[in-house]
Amino acid sequence: MSKMNYVVYGINGPVVSVKGVTPFAMEEMVYVGHDRLIGEVISVNKEYVTIQVYEDTVGLKTGEPVVGSGSSMSLELAPGLMSNIFDGIGRPLSDMYEAQGAFIGVGYADNANEKLWDVSVKINEGDEVKEGEIFATLPETPVIEYRCIVPCGVNGKVVKVQPSGKYSKNDVIAYVMCGNAEIPLKISQRWPIRTPRPVKEKIPPSIPLITGQRVIDTLFPVAKGGTAAIPGGFGSGKTMTQHQLAKWCDADIIVYVGCGERGNEMCQVLDEFSHLTDPKTNRPMTDRTVLIANTSNMPVAAREASIYTGVTIAEFYRDMGYHVAMMADSTSRWAEALREISGRLEEMPAEEGFPAYLPSRLSDFYERASYVKTLGGTTGSVTLIGAVSPQGADFSEPVTQNTKRFTRCFWALDKSLAYQRHYPAINWMLSYSEYFSDLDAWYDEKAGHEFISLRKEITSLLNEEDGLIEIVRLIGSDVLPDEQKLIIEIARVIRVGFLQQNAFHKEDTYVPLEKQKLMMYAIIYLYHKASALISQAIPISDIIATGLFEKLATMKYDVENDQLYKFDEYIKEIDTKLSGFGREL
Amino acid sequence: MLIEYLGAKEINGSLIVLDNIEDVAYEEMCDIVLADGTARQGRVIQIDGKRVVIEVFEGTRSLSLHNMKTRMKGHPMQLPLSMEILGRTFSGAGVPIDGLGEIFADKICDINGLPINPIAREYPRDYIATGISSIDVMSTLIRGQKLPIFTGAGMKHNELAAQIVRQAHLQGVEDDSFAVVFASMGISADVAEYFKSTFAKAGVLSRVVMFLNLSSDPVIERILTPRCALTAAEYLAYELGMHILVIMTDMTSYAEAVREFSSSKGEIPGRKGYPGYLYSDLASIYERAGIVKGKKGSVTQLPILTMPNDDITHPVPDLTGYITEGQIVLDRALSAKGVYPPVAVLPSLSRLMKDCIGDGYTREDHSELANQLFSMYAKVVDARALSSVIGEEELSDKDKNYLKFGKRFEDEFISQGFDENRSMEDSLNLGWELLLTFDEGELDRIKKETIKKYHKKHS
Repeated sequence: MSKMNYVVYGINGPVVSVKGVTPFAMEEMVYVGHDRLIGEVISVNKEYVTIQVYEDTVGLKTGEPVVGSGSSMSLELAPGLMSNIFDGIGRPLSDMYEAQGAFIGVGYADNANEKLWDVSVKINEGDEVKEGEIFATLPETPVIEYRCIVPCGVNGKVVKVQPSGKYSKNDVIAYVMCGNAEIPLKISQRWPIRTPRPVKEKIPPSIPLITGQRVIDTLFPVAKGGTAAIPGGFGSGKTMTQHQLAKWCDADIIVYVGCGERGNEMCQVLDEFSHLTDPKTNRPMTDRTVLIANTSNMPVAAREASIYTGVTIAEFYRDMGYHVAMMADSTSRWAEALREISGRLEEMPAEEGFPAYLPSRLSDFYERASYVKTLGGTTGSVTLIGAVSPQGADFSEPVTQNTKRFTRCFWALDKSLAYQRHYPAINWMLSYSEYFSDLDAWYDEKAGHEFISLRKEITSLLNEEDGLIEIVRLIGSDVLPDEQKLIIEIARVIRVGFLQQNAFHKEDTYVPLEKQKLMMYAIIYLYHKASALISQAIPISDIIATGLFEKLATMKYDVENDQLYKFDEYIKEIDTKLSGFGREL
Repeated sequence: MLIEYLGAKEINGSLIVLDNIEDVAYEEMCDIVLADGTARQGRVIQIDGKRVVIEVFEGTRSLSLHNMKTRMKGHPMQLPLSMEILGRTFSGAGVPIDGLGEIFADKICDINGLPINPIAREYPRDYIATGISSIDVMSTLIRGQKLPIFTGAGMKHNELAAQIVRQAHLQGVEDDSFAVVFASMGISADVAEYFKSTFAKAGVLSRVVMFLNLSSDPVIERILTPRCALTAAEYLAYELGMHILVIMTDMTSYAEAVREFSSSKGEIPGRKGYPGYLYSDLASIYERAGIVKGKKGSVTQLPILTMPNDDITHPVPDLTGYITEGQIVLDRALSAKGVYPPVAVLPSLSRLMKDCIGDGYTREDHSELANQLFSMYAKVVDARALSSVIGEEELSDKDKNYLKFGKRFEDEFISQGFDENRSMEDSLNLGWELLLTFDEGELDRIKKETIKKYHKKHS
């Protein structure tokens, strides 16, 4: 049977069909045509097999051969992923650049990268090993130790083992007697991208992913192992926010998926991350980053796969015991790729032409975020942060709505804030986080018990302001009583001085939690003092004239991140300047 | 040996269906020869065994099931290219129409191009001075960028594009390595003529390559026009090391051609009848802007698209905005006030400018100044909204001051003459002068040192 030749019968964009009964299985990876384009079987029936091709099909002819690979669409997981950049189906773009030049051609075959790694073997002959355990380690980058895990399903006694030394990804390090078969252990393994990697158990998230972005850490925190969505129309700063998170969040490893986005943006990430130093390790950011790039002009089917490629890599490092954050920019492009393929298959569309299985695919994807106990017994996490690009900035469209159902953090970006150059343009009235109850214990312990009460006050002031702004828009602010004017003024300080954060400012681009707390404290302190004075009938204009409000609005720049004692001076200044009024009375 | 297939099985809109065809490649080109000997160009768009669907670019008028022969060419759509294309005029499908004969090809390129490997991209860094304050200061155009102009019927986008071409000055580049590729999709002959005469007046006609598909030309041909133009641009940029500015007008007509083609294929329509793959399709055009490592030239795109009913959420501007690196939006109200160019500053944006301005590029105060102007102008809009409710008299002094600034900003900064070429220095200084309207304390986006250095009150 395997001797039979199967040939291309029909071609429609990235969708290719093969006529007749074939041995191809669903989701099997196949090679299409003389150029051996990579494809995946997406439907099988008695007459046709339908294949989606991950490369450009221009020039493909009927009658060209289609060859099965015998395994499902899978990814090679080997050292060398870190600080590298891959296309949507996991092929290294740097190797492709060397092989093909500046433009991506078709039919790139994975070249046998025989780089040798310094492997320290951790097992001895006669040891019992179990799936998920670490049997060797090697330094993948100066900051990331690559831990070789025993593949899933392999349990047994080690029968042969090599000493520590230099090995390539294809060398066998040890053999394990598993049942009656000797299974080779290598430092690399393959994993089907659409299957979640197994874990021992999922643990409810309880630790926040600290991002150094005030509006996120304070008002809408996301947990390690949690999910967040960033929806926003074009120009509202989705990519910018994702970049900030990728740069500063306290995950061990970042997987950044540029899914159907701009080529220049990926180029910028590459350029910027290699020049930025991670404050924790003093090494370039690229040392802890894996990039997946499927720019908007690269083949659409690979765009659909890129999300799974990214999350598979994230899970692989999670299983080594790392905390991984994956940013997907943007999941809307992924959904559109689904729609495009679905349209070519002439499936019955549901909402706005998207296939009926869009919600289930989205939930499958976000479900792969988790805080886990790995098979090997350590803990690790995958946090998923997906950008959504709603058409016409209309949040009622299907991708945004369905993403909202499966993510627990929603950072809604607002065009009108972006117009005012208020970045990050996260709208505090529309956004939410469902992680408060999970994380409160952590904040209470690590950030100080006043943190939560300060956050509550900030939130309620912003809420009150939102109601007042409506009135101001209609009749101007002059008619408001002084205590309400104070709310407007203090909310302005919160907005400009606290929520607004300058990604290009040396001090302001990343702000530690302690400083966030002290900033909140100073603002709330001023509010309480001023509000006490107003209740003693001191006009607000006099209080504003002290310049304290202006001063607090710029404290984010004036207090360096490592000189937090300066906040005491602010409190003192508030006391001195406002006590003057008290004496007059 | 060339095989000719006689007749067709089906004709539907711009598509013909042939049966019993063998050995044909996806997207292969073919000639469709009519009984009178004239030929039209077609392209294979779907293969189902021996049944092949071909789109005919010049349309299917007067084709019948029996009066035509189809000749497969054995390759995808290609464009012959050489240095000689400078100064020439082609049809929307890349055929010379200026009567100066065929191009003697130095290289023949597939018009679909290939995606640039992200790793091979050079991050754009150098700005293009356009001499227009609202663009140079507020949304700086960068070499290798794709920056569309969102406009509406009746606004002066053509004048603006022409002014940019005339005044564009690339830092550190000799003028002879700068050229313009002009692609028109479905614009009227007058507009094409207007551009031609402006290029002639500016003395750059010999450095312009034109691809013209006018509104009277075949609709489906428009799908090829931008691709031909970009193939020419890439050749000039990456083979000959030139800096190319590509002007494409009107992208809305292009998208409509894609829609027409999609509906004749019987595809499931998405929003407003546009096919679901419009994003990928537009991206395959816009993403061809850029700079490639190790090559001297660059491709900068300035597409123009009219927003139907001035609606920025219409699928074409919406999807374009998601792909391009910013946008310059023209505003009907400003245009009605007689402000030229009517650039709506707030929704306009250049995503690349943040890394390409400031010390070493333009001037150190550029970024802070631009931010301050943005935020002040945003307040102007709020103050105006308030004044339309409660009347200008009732406004606070602060708000009145904003109104004053807003008027000056529009009349002095945004507005400028069609022939007025302001240097970057002048534009920045003008911005500072307008900020004199405010107290220093109100300038919350500018560092104190910068204010000291540039604010007039100090010098």
